[in-house]
Amino acid sequence: MSDDELIWRIAGGSGDGIDSTSQNFAKALMRSGLNVFTHRHYPSRIRGGHTYVEIRAAEHEVQSRGDGYNFLLALGDSFARNPQEEAYYGNEEIKPLSENLDELREGGVIIYDEGLVSEDDVEALNLDERAEENDWHVFPLDLRGLAKEHGREVMRNTAGVGATAALLDMDLEHIEDLMSDAMGGDVLEANLDILHEAYEDVNEEYEFEHDLRVPTGEHDTEQALLSGSNAIAYGAIDAGCRFIAGYPMTPWTDVFTILSQNFPDMGGISEQVEDEIAAAALAVGASHAGVKAMSGSSGGGFALMSEPLGLAEMTETPLVLVESMRAGPSTGMPTKPEQADLEHVLYTSQGDSQRVVFAPGNIEEAYEQTRLAFDIAWDYQIPVMLIYDQKLSGENKNVDVEFFDREPSPDLGSTLTEEELKEAAHDNSGKFKRFNYEDAEDGVAPRSLPGQKNGRYLATGNEHSPVGHISEDPDNRVAQMDRRLEKLEAIRTELNEERDSTQTYFGEEDAEYGIITWGSSQGAVEEAVDRLNADGHSVRGLSVSDMMPFPEQEVTAFLESVDEAMVVEMNASAQFRGLLQKELGRFGEKLTSLLKYNGNPFEPAEIVEGYEVNVAEEEREPTAQVRIEPAAGD
Amino acid sequence: MSAFNAIGDEREIDRDEYTPGVEPQPTWCPGCGDFGVLKALKQALPEVGKTPEEVLTVTGIGCSGKLNSYLDTYGFHTIHGRSLPVARAAKLANPDLEVVAAGGDGDGYGIGGNHFIHSARENHDMTYIVFNNEIFGLTKGQTSPTSPKGHKSKTQPSGSAKTPLRPLSMSLNAGASYVARTAAVNPNQAKEIIKEAIEHDGFAHIDFLTQCPTWNKDARQYVPYIDVQESDDYDFDIHDRAEAAEMMRETEDVLNEGTVLTGRYYVEEDRPSYTQEKKAVGELPDQPLAERYFDDDTEWERSYDLLDRHK
Repeated sequence: MSDDELIWRIAGGSGDGIDSTSQNFAKALMRSGLNVFTHRHYPSRIRGGHTYVEIRAAEHEVQSRGDGYNFLLALGDSFARNPQEEAYYGNEEIKPLSENLDELREGGVIIYDEGLVSEDDVEALNLDERAEENDWHVFPLDLRGLAKEHGREVMRNTAGVGATAALLDMDLEHIEDLMSDAMGGDVLEANLDILHEAYEDVNEEYEFEHDLRVPTGEHDTEQALLSGSNAIAYGAIDAGCRFIAGYPMTPWTDVFTILSQNFPDMGGISEQVEDEIAAAALAVGASHAGVKAMSGSSGGGFALMSEPLGLAEMTETPLVLVESMRAGPSTGMPTKPEQADLEHVLYTSQGDSQRVVFAPGNIEEAYEQTRLAFDIAWDYQIPVMLIYDQKLSGENKNVDVEFFDREPSPDLGSTLTEEELKEAAHDNSGKFKRFNYEDAEDGVAPRSLPGQKNGRYLATGNEHSPVGHISEDPDNRVAQMDRRLEKLEAIRTELNEERDSTQTYFGEEDAEYGIITWGSSQGAVEEAVDRLNADGHSVRGLSVSDMMPFPEQEVTAFLESVDEAMVVEMNASAQFRGLLQKELGRFGEKLTSLLKYNGNPFEPAEIVEGYEVNVAEEEREPTAQVRIEPAAGD
Repeated sequence: MSAFNAIGDEREIDRDEYTPGVEPQPTWCPGCGDFGVLKALKQALPEVGKTPEEVLTVTGIGCSGKLNSYLDTYGFHTIHGRSLPVARAAKLANPDLEVVAAGGDGDGYGIGGNHFIHSARENHDMTYIVFNNEIFGLTKGQTSPTSPKGHKSKTQPSGSAKTPLRPLSMSLNAGASYVARTAAVNPNQAKEIIKEAIEHDGFAHIDFLTQCPTWNKDARQYVPYIDVQESDDYDFDIHDRAEAAEMMRETEDVLNEGTVLTGRYYVEEDRPSYTQEKKAVGELPDQPLAERYFDDDTEWERSYDLLDRHK
């Protein structure tokens, strides 16, 4: 926990405009020179329900949501269905205030909208008493009244932002600029009035006794604020992907939406279809016809894609699928993150099926690994999957704009032109030997596309001969299977020898203790490792992105270099630890697990505590809602 | 310059070009109706001026799925029930391809029923041939969605309690813009209907009665058949939705009583195909997308130029 950071939480009901308000506030903080990181918590409903967005802002790098928070703007839930306390869900109106108090740090600041929540309800919370105990500074403001007076009630968010800026001694310039970009006319005028009025009212009416102020910083280069879903969509665009098919499902819908909005202007095609079976099958069909195509879903929708995925593998159709995990099983908790679909993604589909799977750990990796996914899929004619989760999907972080200044790579990889097809091997009847195992390099037999001269062949999910005819000949079967399996080894070799490692390391090189994680838990682990080392421990962190083919050499070297290691992941059955042991066949006695599956992502302090309980062998249980799994034999 | 020069190739086409020069020979049983579809297609395709390499035949799973093993075009033998989504996307990716999808009644009306409804609704410009033998053949004779009520099989030992699905009515209601039924025993009509379906701009559905001499011995071999356009007993307007619907219903009803009615049932010529609709809303490029990857003059857009909204 550091004192030089702001973690601002804006809480309200779904439909209260929390998202857009927080997005602009995060941008304002970024423009002022700070590094920002956002975390989004919301229920699976359209209106009402307790929702919040947290914005962490600091001069230093921020890789996670941080621990707790120090500024609450509680708007109250204006769509509350059950304002009576005795109602089943309790008093929803006040939840944006009442539900958020436990995680507020000492010395924190609270603004709540007294225009919406009733005095009696606030009294029932014992807020005064708790404020005194925790040195909280509470500002009941009539945000609704102010908004109504100068504009419309929905503009109370703006009043809250104005009050926040006053209390943090924050310049309004960037906020005004962003408002002017987003709106115009009377709406802009009203919002600007409300912003200034709230700002001035607070400054005039209150003596500030709190210490919290907005941090200051400076960026050397221009920054952009974007989410993991933006990064995946932009990686796809730069890889030359121009076809997406999908069916809505949280949280995957974000990637689908971003590409659907951008594709029409860039000659691309987006198709929303009847179900996820169709979605994946369309991506296969478009790829078969010569277009760089993708699809995706979340766990339940991906379950339907198992068969088209297998078809792509057997017919060697290049394909990229993304899977944005949410808490399961079945419908689970639709808007909460979890990393529990790893085995689902690795092992679904019948037979000796094989695919490549990457798990990006942050927004930059999401972009880079999406591009890598397309490169590999089209070079090796194999499905490549990106597995990420609700957390990475929706969190925003500032990234150096120049990071994206790269050449596009629309190349179709191992696809032949008509010129090349003339020279390629054909059978006696003139059929192209599409699946020729005799000259295949790294298991790859170059492909043709429908409509090309001299390229016709049959693609089939049955085992097939070099020209694609259905075949159950044993020699052909073994030759084709061996050729297909060879690709994964070749891809591993390429990743080891020709590409920058997608694994990320942090902390000390010769540490005694290791913390291993994967996917979006990376940022929290990185901060935890830094903190532990600053406290005098000896810890090295590794975040693995290559799930398949597994980076055996790198992970083995890491595990050999440490005495013990803790595997951190957001699921209940230690799936990644299972993968480590399956792939490496040892280290069982070295590996413990820190598991979290309550619907909220890890905070760094929980990992620090997990280390303390696990390694420093403190005689206590963790205070956080996590579970520790001992090493084999313990 | 096109990267797909088989498309639009103007030359004399020999129907033998559609027969694979070497193995495989069809594995269908002697007397199988599937031979009739293969033969009709081999005749129809050259007559509408299509060369083997500008046609993509996409099939499902079952005896019917082997159609493109014996028809020498570009082929994609997909998975059970999923020929249509694969075919639709190939057509969108390269609208100049001639796309023919095919599968059995279990494939198209059962497991793939959802795709059938939506492909018809969206009016994708393709031909969809359903080999309807009222039985699951390749899995050895189980009751299918079109099996008549009371049909006994190993999986329905007391006879099916289900009323058969109405393929023509379903197609019309879902939005297909060309609906016909033909039979393997009537090769000339089959060929003509396939030609019309291929030349139709929109979703053309052919319910193709293909007798199964092995597993559906009890069923009629679809003879004698009646062409509703040629018979004086039937008079309806194929451009009139209500009259077509009535005729379809009667056709479906009498099939199980032994009267085999075939012919064209519904044709909607002025309805735009999905390709046209999607172009009209600005969501499908004028140049086939598949061509773009071979066009050296293409300027590929970059995410770098989209970042203003994030600053």
